[in-house]
Amino acid sequence: MSARAPFRLAELARHAVLLLTASIVLLPFVWMVSLSLKPQGEVFQGTFSFLPERWHAIENYTRALTAVPVPRFLLNGVIVCGSILILQILVCAPAAYALAKLRFHGREALFALVLIGLLIPHQVLALPLYILGYQLGILNTYAALIFPFIVSPFGIFLFRQFFKTIPDDIVHAARLDGLSEFAIVWRVMVPMALPAVVAFSIFSVVSHWNDLFWPLIAVRAEELMPPPLGVVAFRNEEVGSDFGPLMAGATLIVAPLVVAFLAAQRWFIEGLTQGAVK
Amino acid sequence: MSATAQAPAPCANLPLSIRRVRQAETAVAHALVGPALFFLLTLFLLPTVAVFVIAATDWRFGARSLSFVGLANFAELFRDPLFLISLRNTAIYTLIVVPATTGLGLLVALLIEGGRSFRAFYRAVHFLPYMATLAAMAIAWEALLHPSVGLINQILRAAGLPTANWLRESATVLPVLAVIGVWKNLGFAMVMFLAGLKSIPCELLDAADIDGADSWLDRLRTVTLPLLGPVSMFVLIVTALRAFETFDTVKILTQGGPGKASETLLYTLYMESFEYLRTGYGAAVTVVFLLIVAALTLTQARMIDRRVHYT
Repeated sequence: MSARAPFRLAELARHAVLLLTASIVLLPFVWMVSLSLKPQGEVFQGTFSFLPERWHAIENYTRALTAVPVPRFLLNGVIVCGSILILQILVCAPAAYALAKLRFHGREALFALVLIGLLIPHQVLALPLYILGYQLGILNTYAALIFPFIVSPFGIFLFRQFFKTIPDDIVHAARLDGLSEFAIVWRVMVPMALPAVVAFSIFSVVSHWNDLFWPLIAVRAEELMPPPLGVVAFRNEEVGSDFGPLMAGATLIVAPLVVAFLAAQRWFIEGLTQGAVK
Repeated sequence: MSATAQAPAPCANLPLSIRRVRQAETAVAHALVGPALFFLLTLFLLPTVAVFVIAATDWRFGARSLSFVGLANFAELFRDPLFLISLRNTAIYTLIVVPATTGLGLLVALLIEGGRSFRAFYRAVHFLPYMATLAAMAIAWEALLHPSVGLINQILRAAGLPTANWLRESATVLPVLAVIGVWKNLGFAMVMFLAGLKSIPCELLDAADIDGADSWLDRLRTVTLPLLGPVSMFVLIVTALRAFETFDTVKILTQGGPGKASETLLYTLYMESFEYLRTGYGAAVTVVFLLIVAALTLTQARMIDRRVHYT
């Protein structure tokens, strides 16, 4: 066909533009890793090279891991995100099941409450929840980082949608087999809605791992800081004026999610875009 | 006789037994929704009501007394130059981020769908910033933008172009933060457009081809772009919501400076409520923030409804 030559040209142009945008998108990541490998002197020489002339990676990463408790920040992230996720699923799945499959008094009112919850951005709740945390005496503890997120309106909404697609016959059969309603939630509905559970888990973990706003308000003690707050504290310390260790710390904090993303791209993209669609 | 007397009995019993089953179902359901209901009330509904109530007081966190001042906080808010600057900055930031993110997202999605090779690779790379921890990446951006050793200024210097202290000059700070905002949200827009492009039936493009829309550009103009209308609307609104919620980069990179050149709404909210502890005033800022975000979200919900109707 005559379209062959222009076709090749178009394909070439496609790659040229996409490679350009891709390298701009990747630039901050590349620069961060590059600086984390270099000694301070080399940073200030102002060279374009990605790799250092004199490798300083071990020194930089050692300082990031010892001068500031970066491992502690990561551990805090795991504790906080894990607790939030478990609580959210425990609270949301039964409610979503009742909303999807049971008829009861106040069902419409509860669903309206879920929709209102979806409408309210979390930053709006920060002030009253800060006062509540203060009254309960839990500010500056793990509990303060976790309690605002015990229930997720998005979680209830997503699970309800998924549970609705599961045929009623399966619920009836489970009842005939003698399963209680609680057992139906955990042994029938949740396993059958696994894709929704995975998507929600990714959304929940990524959003809370990356959240800076609430931790900034809720905790002051360094040993409680989740990763984003930790990296801010790192920058304010003495080592933070040193580019190498600071970039090493930032790399260590960004790495877990990036690695998980590369391993399970499709799930991540699905979970995170569904979350934004809420 | 006795048979006729007893005959109605099962009929009378039936509604009763159904009622019992219903009651049992309601009891179980209440047990199932109990925790969710409790936390939705205490962590969402009541706090939201509380924000409106606090906004009508002159309370300062820690003070023993407070008095109701009605709408005085709001009156002060709209005379407060700082708040007005903050509102204006947020609007400018949003007006840069939203069209740029949507336009670039569409371009990247069209290019990725336009060929067969390296689709997954390009998609993954462009999506990466959307999920990377922004607080840490802000620090990487700070290094890139560093006035003397930052890569951006090094490149400009090598090319003989003028450099700038990007985050410390009032003319450049807001556009630079907006660039970071575009960088962050581009991947989301791209993924939404990719999904939109996949849902366009091939027959429509073939039909357009037969009808004389020969070039790729013709088909783009007559079929692809009009069908992407709903997705574009959706991307515009979600990106606008994201832009209004910008906080991390401002807090870490500029603290609203220099002067007040990068003061944004959520940063003002944070400072008034949690640094200056002007609780009543902070609550008033929060109410304004909530109203803007709720208006955008409701528009988005109506768009989704409409889309459901014509697909």
